[in-house]
Amino acid sequence: MKIKVIVTLKNGVLDPQGKAIQQTLNGMNFGNVEDVRQGKYFEIEVKEKDEKKAKSLVDDMCKKLLANLVIEDYKIV
Amino acid sequence: MRSSVIIFPGSNCDRDMDVALKKFGFKNQMVWHNDQSIPKSDLIVLPGGFSYGDYLRCGSIASKSKIIKSVIDFANSGGLVLGICNGFQILTETGLLNGILQQNKFLNFICCNVFVKVKDKQNKYFKDLKKDVLELHIAHNEGNYFCSDDELKSLEDNNQIAVTYCGKDGTENEKTNPNGAIKNIAGIFNKNKNVLGMMPHPERMIDKYLSGEDGSLFFKNILDNFK
Repeated sequence: MKIKVIVTLKNGVLDPQGKAIQQTLNGMNFGNVEDVRQGKYFEIEVKEKDEKKAKSLVDDMCKKLLANLVIEDYKIV
Repeated sequence: MRSSVIIFPGSNCDRDMDVALKKFGFKNQMVWHNDQSIPKSDLIVLPGGFSYGDYLRCGSIASKSKIIKSVIDFANSGGLVLGICNGFQILTETGLLNGILQQNKFLNFICCNVFVKVKDKQNKYFKDLKKDVLELHIAHNEGNYFCSDDELKSLEDNNQIAVTYCGKDGTENEKTNPNGAIKNIAGIFNKNKNVLGMMPHPERMIDKYLSGEDGSLFFKNILDNFK
């Protein structure tokens, strides 16, 4: 089963890459871009048929490795 | 004093550290990350570099390697653990040190000499150090120290801030902050002050003809405090 995870910086944590992307987009005449936050996306193939179990495993992985909870939030989608 | 330098795939300051430690009289050994245990040591060093190519987050993969359990046990039993640059990043990822090193504020790799102010001398690294400001070298892309407000308060209350970026005269302000780190933090301790992580490289400042000797002071001081 494939489980998908999105890791993003928490609100309030400075995202200089997102800022640089936003400024570039603005410079390319996408003037209505007000903010960009960059994140990470994972597709995790888990050998598990039960979706609930698979998601709970991935949740554990997020806490232990995929996200650093000091600055990042994660969402299993 | 016996020391061990841990080598991860992608470490690149391990041999410089080995040279520095031996120069001042440490009996140093190199330890591979896949080893199960660390030889008897009084100091463990996690060197600088780009362990695992900085994949995922700097230091995150190395912080789960086989040898790390022994490093954490050693630290929890009071042993001295020093993490320089990538070593500092690894220590934050293990949870031995608070916070995280984020990408530099202006997205640039910084490679230059800096001055750092020693903020606490009640510890085995800086006790009786003759100087308050050291000239050391930094080379990093992710050195922008960040932690939550609560963690920062606790670091300040327990005097866990070890060194901060400053000017030659010790002034700390935005101008002397190379990477955007909160409170100009360049290095911190754990609560017991046996674990020290810092971005500047003392091992690059051990020769008066090539660089400077403030790194020499740092290593000699650790030895003096051990005696």
